[in-house]
Amino acid sequence: MSKQKNEQQNEIDASRRRFMIGSVGTSLLMAFGGVSGLVNSPSAQALLASKSFSPNVWIEMNSEGEVLVNIAKAEMGQHVGTAFARIVCDELGADWYSVRIRHVDTDPKWGFMVTGGSWSVFQNFKMLSQAGAAGRIALIEAGAKMLGVSPESCDTEQGFVISGDKKVSFSEIIQRGKFDKILTPEEIKNLPLKPVKQLKLVGKKSQALDIPAKTDGSAKYGIDVEVPGMVYARPIVPPTRYGSKVIEVKDQAAKGIAGYLGYEIITDPSDMIQGWVIVLGETYAAAMNAVKAISVSYQKGPTAAVSEEDIQQEGTRLVNDKNQGVLFVDEGDVGAVTDLTETHLTSTYKTASAIHFQLEPLNATVEFIDGVCHVHSGNQWQSLTLPAVAKALGLPAEKVVIHQYYLGGGFGRRLFGDYMLPAALVAQKISKPVKLIFTREDDSIFSQPRSPSVQRFDAAFDGKNALLSVEHALTAGWPTLSMAPGFMPDSLDKKGKIDPFSTSGADHWYSIENHRVRAINNDLAQRTFLPGWLRSVGPGWIGWGVESFMDEIAHQSKQDPLAFRLNLLDGKGKNKAGAERLAHTLKQAKEASGWGEKLAADEGMGVAVCAGQERTMPTWISCVAKVKVNRGTGEVTLKKLTLVVDCGLVVHPDGALAQLEGSVLWGVSLALHEGNAFKEGKISATNLNSYSPLRMNDVPELDIRFVESEEAPVGLGEPGVIAVAPAIGNAIFDAVGVRVRDLPIRADEVKRLLNS
Amino acid sequence: MIEFMLNGKKVTTSVAQDTPLLWVLRDEFKLTGTKFGCGIAMCGACTVHLGDQATRSCVLPVSAVAGQEVRTIEGLEGKHPLQKAWVDEQVPQCGYCQSGQIMQAATLLATNANPSDDDIVNHMNSNLCRCMAYKRIKSAIKTAAATSAGTVEIYDPQSESARELSE
Repeated sequence: MSKQKNEQQNEIDASRRRFMIGSVGTSLLMAFGGVSGLVNSPSAQALLASKSFSPNVWIEMNSEGEVLVNIAKAEMGQHVGTAFARIVCDELGADWYSVRIRHVDTDPKWGFMVTGGSWSVFQNFKMLSQAGAAGRIALIEAGAKMLGVSPESCDTEQGFVISGDKKVSFSEIIQRGKFDKILTPEEIKNLPLKPVKQLKLVGKKSQALDIPAKTDGSAKYGIDVEVPGMVYARPIVPPTRYGSKVIEVKDQAAKGIAGYLGYEIITDPSDMIQGWVIVLGETYAAAMNAVKAISVSYQKGPTAAVSEEDIQQEGTRLVNDKNQGVLFVDEGDVGAVTDLTETHLTSTYKTASAIHFQLEPLNATVEFIDGVCHVHSGNQWQSLTLPAVAKALGLPAEKVVIHQYYLGGGFGRRLFGDYMLPAALVAQKISKPVKLIFTREDDSIFSQPRSPSVQRFDAAFDGKNALLSVEHALTAGWPTLSMAPGFMPDSLDKKGKIDPFSTSGADHWYSIENHRVRAINNDLAQRTFLPGWLRSVGPGWIGWGVESFMDEIAHQSKQDPLAFRLNLLDGKGKNKAGAERLAHTLKQAKEASGWGEKLAADEGMGVAVCAGQERTMPTWISCVAKVKVNRGTGEVTLKKLTLVVDCGLVVHPDGALAQLEGSVLWGVSLALHEGNAFKEGKISATNLNSYSPLRMNDVPELDIRFVESEEAPVGLGEPGVIAVAPAIGNAIFDAVGVRVRDLPIRADEVKRLLNS
Repeated sequence: MIEFMLNGKKVTTSVAQDTPLLWVLRDEFKLTGTKFGCGIAMCGACTVHLGDQATRSCVLPVSAVAGQEVRTIEGLEGKHPLQKAWVDEQVPQCGYCQSGQIMQAATLLATNANPSDDDIVNHMNSNLCRCMAYKRIKSAIKTAAATSAGTVEIYDPQSESARELSE
């Protein structure tokens, strides 16, 4: 999402935002809200009781002193609720064991709902801290009166207001006190936040609140929802994403299946779901079996013959044509320098299709109650999905509610919830509640893959092999173009729009005097499938090219690749106050990994760096990979990964480490184990017999270290992916002297390179 | 009509004989802790115990369990040492595969009270964790092995030794 838009949104919110604290019933409610008219309202109590505003943060304390933090974020393994609750609880001085979290539905009052981009903690840290601090001050004011002391002599701790040896519990204060106060933006700004050193929960070891339910089978995911009177459904996904039409359905053979309830051909006025047949059953097993017995003939969409090679060939054509695309970076004068020099280095890097393969297959349960469509389904971006569901149903947005559950993996696949549409459409058509579940194969065919990509780099050097310029052209299918075009800013040369999620990472933190980046949409990819935001998104594939080519440049310049990077991370000009932090992680990674030590035959070390998802929210990571290559088979064994991470203040250290462990292994999986391919217009590897994400036997030794920091916390869910693949590729070069340029790295290709 | 023991209780079902056990557990008996992942016995999210074996319920026809004992994650009643270790080591991320991981690991500890790293990898490699919490799965199994009595038996929360453990 365009950062500008986000920041604008935040600023507008901030100028209108008030903080309300008031007694309602036997509880104390606290909320940040932004609505016009609020300023003139005399009573926080009245506003909180009516909930007639959009809270960004909503906290309830009951008369027992228990704290309930409402979370408008999706829980998909990152323990976001725990991180949020700890921030609030720390400032409040509440007892951590009295804190609970609740993931809310899509009532419009929650405002803009998205969980992605590794933004959650980054964007909410301050507001959550302020909410906790405001609550603390109010409780202290009331508590001080009860104790007969001055508020200045009081502090809060473990759910008590304490002054010297006197104390009163939050519970008693809430029972006896009357709260009714609205804080202005000015007052909110001046709230005294605790210095980092005084924080007792943030940055300390803790257990995530969602974990116990995930060990005894009681955690409820979308797929676990049942509603009264529902029927089960399985889709027959059409041969192309777009433009297929159903000609004939033959279900004679299905009629003998016990529990088969017939099929429906779906029409979607919004055209997102084209050519779908939905098969119904009394049980899911019946619906699953019936699909196997039904044959559908189609008028196939125009991309029914497209292959992975076709998309890559088109990509290669696009990067080689200098007239294609729009400018994303334009520093210095690349053209002039390139024409003058004689030493050039040109390389093309590619990545194959990859799919999310979140373990809970896509599903949605839909029922209509009093004209309102209730969708029960795990989702990351309700504010994008809900209008799409409403449009397909021909309903106004306020007639759709999405109920949130745990996500059995998100990784970006559950951002735009296109999977809710067929469920909603069929439930509307048959006037019955429907639970639609995709089988794994259905899910893969209907995936939103990370697009195949092609990147071309041209570097120019002076007579002494010193780097003068880098020209970079990159192309892929653009997720944001199809799913959220409103989030695409203008290109630098104003010749078109740019997908920030398909360019970020090309604007790296190295100081290169002449640097140009041309971004091109691969139209064939765009027409063939719906390109997805896959964990680490643009930087995930762009980093593969940038950091592998950086290694090629270092070798051309006859320098150590790590030292070469340090030189370019000088923090000059636009890279001020950023590149230094990245350089710091690189120096630490050098020490931690034993960079430069003598290695056994056919072993090698490679380094790569990354700066997270966006320049405006950088997470600084350096990664060193150690590999061994089998010269006979081309097989690569990843022996160890060393990572040094600077993500600012770490709010939930164990959760942060878990996110890093997971994302780093995702990086390994995408580098060495996961490659898909389009065949006849569709993803061809649809289940684990052909698509093989990393398993336990291939987990390398991991050494992950955090830089101690009090800087503002930044995102952590994705950036761990980015530097892994290029570090491995660079280590292979160090080991056996061959340069891999295609992701995933396959043994056959390494062998071919070794023999050529 | 098929009759079998489910988490220690006798149950009957009248679904079609070839219905995979997974859907009978989830949709008829409302035991939704057992998950649907790949449907081809390759991810392990649907793992349950059939007698003393870990088995993939997504491909097992319900007729095959007639007269046998089936135990699901719910049947551990939150008392298995692995469940405590899973919390202590903060293993789950999205959590979707974890019922299956725990059921799979339980059959390892039942026959091998003190597994080596290789034993764990060999036994657990069939279970996919898409969040890739493998490091913690491994360490939690070791923690459970180290902290629980070396009972070599299939876990039954009602058994003597299990009650002792949970006290």
